[in-house]
Amino acid sequence: MRVLAVDDSRTIRDMVRLALDSAGIETKLAEDGEQGLEALEEMGRGAPPDVIITDINMPKMDGFSFIEAVRAKDRYRGVPILVLTTESAPEMKDKARAVGATGWIVKPFDPEKLVSTLRVVSGG
Amino acid sequence: MDPMAEIKASFFVECGDLLESLEEGLLQLQDGDEDPDTINAVFRAVHSIKGGAGAFGLDALVHFAHRFETVLDEARSDRLEMTSDAVRLFLKAADVLSDHVAACRDDVPMDQAKSDSTIAELEALLPEGLVESTQEEDDAVDFTPASLSLDLPPLDDAGADDLTTTITFTPHATLPDSGNEPLFLFRALASLGAVTAQLDASAVPSLADLDPTQSVLRWTLTLEGNPTDAEIMEVFEFAQGLCDVSITRAGGAADAPPLPGLPAGTEDIGPSLASMDDLPDLPPLPDLPSDDELPTKAAKTPQKTETPPAQPTPKAKAPVSAPTVRVDLDRIDRLVNLVGELVINQAMLTQSLAELGVSSSAAVASGLEELQQLTRDIQDSVMSIRAQPVKPLFQRMSRIVREAAEATGKKVRLETEGENTEIDKTVIERLADPLTHMIRNAVDHGLESPEKRAEIGKSEDGNILLRATHRSGRVVIEIEDDGAGINRPKVLQIAQEKGLVPHDAALSDAEIDMLLFMPGFSTAKEVSNLSGRGVGMDVVKRAIQALGGRISIQSEPGKGSIFSISLPLTLAVLDGMIIEVCGQTLVAPLAAITETMTLSDADIQSLDKGTRVVHNRGTFVPLLDLGTEFGYRTEQTHDDEAVVLFLSSEEGEIYALLVDAILEQRQVVIKGLADTYGYVPGVAAATILGDGKIALILDPVDLIKRATAAAGLSLAG
Repeated sequence: MRVLAVDDSRTIRDMVRLALDSAGIETKLAEDGEQGLEALEEMGRGAPPDVIITDINMPKMDGFSFIEAVRAKDRYRGVPILVLTTESAPEMKDKARAVGATGWIVKPFDPEKLVSTLRVVSGG
Repeated sequence: MDPMAEIKASFFVECGDLLESLEEGLLQLQDGDEDPDTINAVFRAVHSIKGGAGAFGLDALVHFAHRFETVLDEARSDRLEMTSDAVRLFLKAADVLSDHVAACRDDVPMDQAKSDSTIAELEALLPEGLVESTQEEDDAVDFTPASLSLDLPPLDDAGADDLTTTITFTPHATLPDSGNEPLFLFRALASLGAVTAQLDASAVPSLADLDPTQSVLRWTLTLEGNPTDAEIMEVFEFAQGLCDVSITRAGGAADAPPLPGLPAGTEDIGPSLASMDDLPDLPPLPDLPSDDELPTKAAKTPQKTETPPAQPTPKAKAPVSAPTVRVDLDRIDRLVNLVGELVINQAMLTQSLAELGVSSSAAVASGLEELQQLTRDIQDSVMSIRAQPVKPLFQRMSRIVREAAEATGKKVRLETEGENTEIDKTVIERLADPLTHMIRNAVDHGLESPEKRAEIGKSEDGNILLRATHRSGRVVIEIEDDGAGINRPKVLQIAQEKGLVPHDAALSDAEIDMLLFMPGFSTAKEVSNLSGRGVGMDVVKRAIQALGGRISIQSEPGKGSIFSISLPLTLAVLDGMIIEVCGQTLVAPLAAITETMTLSDADIQSLDKGTRVVHNRGTFVPLLDLGTEFGYRTEQTHDDEAVVLFLSSEEGEIYALLVDAILEQRQVVIKGLADTYGYVPGVAAATILGDGKIALILDPVDLIKRATAAAGLSLAG
């Protein structure tokens, strides 16, 4: 399974990588929406990632814009996108849903649950 | 190191960066910056700290950060006005946040009362009714892959015997656009209970009419157990609007009766959902014609034009950072050491070849020269790795100023210049304390009270300028205030009272200013909350000197003062004068040498106790015989031709060093002795010369102390 994770916090990126590495999941990390799109292009030359995880509050391009941009590309329309964030306000969820997010994970996250969630949505 | 511990350590480093940008953003807001990016960056900084802290269970920190973040969220959404009082409060909150981080990182107690009172002040800013309810993000994981849908037929919960739930699920054609797939929705459902699925493929048209992007399948799912509707609908939370879900409950029977309306041709997939793979793929295949003819696209494509265009970089932003690498300081130190060895080695090679007479060959000579140049370049590059901008240090001073202003009831504006000037990292760290003290002094003693300032026509806000520049191969840090300047008569009086200066001494302004640096001098008469901590300017001065630096003052009464610190660019290399004493080679720091002379024995006068003085420029200067001082000989020499170095201390004290010969002037690599030998009187460090021999590097300050102590004099003249 290949996962793209986008978050501006280095700590969170490290933790996601740690959780996924120990499950043998290939991870690519990006710091903000822009980098996320670049990483997507790179990964996409082979096969698109199986799941994308993204934060909402990021500089340069926030999570919502990032998800919109991803969904706008045909290649990635079917790719599950999980939002990973500390917020859980209904308006935020609505907005995420509106731009095409697949699911919502609240920080702080349990590494095992993250992995099992990824497996569920990716089938891998 | 355990990976989680590593991540935690790096989290604290990240917090440091975030706190820096938090403060920077707030200061910009204070200056009237109205760019929404700024307040967003401020919000994100606190948000990120909270996010990371939550992962490590740092509850007090999370709690405070959460409150702070809530208020910032209001501010960035324009629901809260950014008055200057508000920004001042935010700055205070940033300080408290920084304290929380430090408390967690260093395991020291936190001033919880201050934290709570700051929270109260923050929440007082919130519009009525918005004070946070217990909406703490307590859920460790809340995976809700799909959201709750729509038209639920009225459910009959009465049956306690219900053992199965039937769910019909009809995805819309747009469902895959959100990355949702029936398969994993079913899997998620399976977490609630065993699921069997029956496919209704009746709506599938003939192959010729088949549009792969249309959703024509429908499932009937039988869920064992009795999950609540809420639980079921949670699974579909995010597919809300993208599918139809209806739930009916049946009692008892293991097999739900097939739903009405299923024509022949129903495939019973059974519990093995693997066969789903045989079905036409609902997510569009990559080589499908992608365009706008597809109805699904029209429904889901967001308006790209709505995405905000890239923000133009406001002028206040720092230069775009190049990619960086984080490196352990240990590794850099090792590298610095190795490069030092390289320099020494290269010098030794040069020397050996010279002795062999080989270096007269042009090829060898030019090769050596190139080697020397390369080595110097490598050395410069490596030393510059340790160089860091002073900006974080200056930002810390910003907080010191705020605290000092509050404590003394003065109004102070701090301006900084040259924040990107780079200094060796160790120097920066060791500058923090002296700088803090000088800033506090400036606020406490330098600046007048707002009332006094208004009286004499100055702005109520006192101004302090903190400046860093490179000047003639050194780094110069200046603290300039527009306060009252040094009260010279007062300083002289205090010095005289303390016996630091004879009562009839006539001192120049510069000399009076220097009195501040004398040990034992502290304006004890005005002990305040801050500076009166028993730390005098002499400690500051010694700290600067330990860094190889110098400190000086310029001051004008009524106008203000400038304290100047001059530091070497690198720590590890010294310009030295190689001298010989009793056959021993020593190094004297060139910076401390004012002149050298050859004197005849007649120029040296003996006082009692065996101390000797030398006549120099109208005064008598204590003479230190390095040979006896270091125990190389027992008898003082009385050569007819004595080579004397005149060294000066920062105070301008001159003393003379008697040596046998001066060999040459060179740059030497400093090798510390402290780790192995601890404090060695009169010796600062050591080096290895080109001939492989070790030479001790003298410590002028220490030598002066010993010389003047021996001579029983305090100030020359």
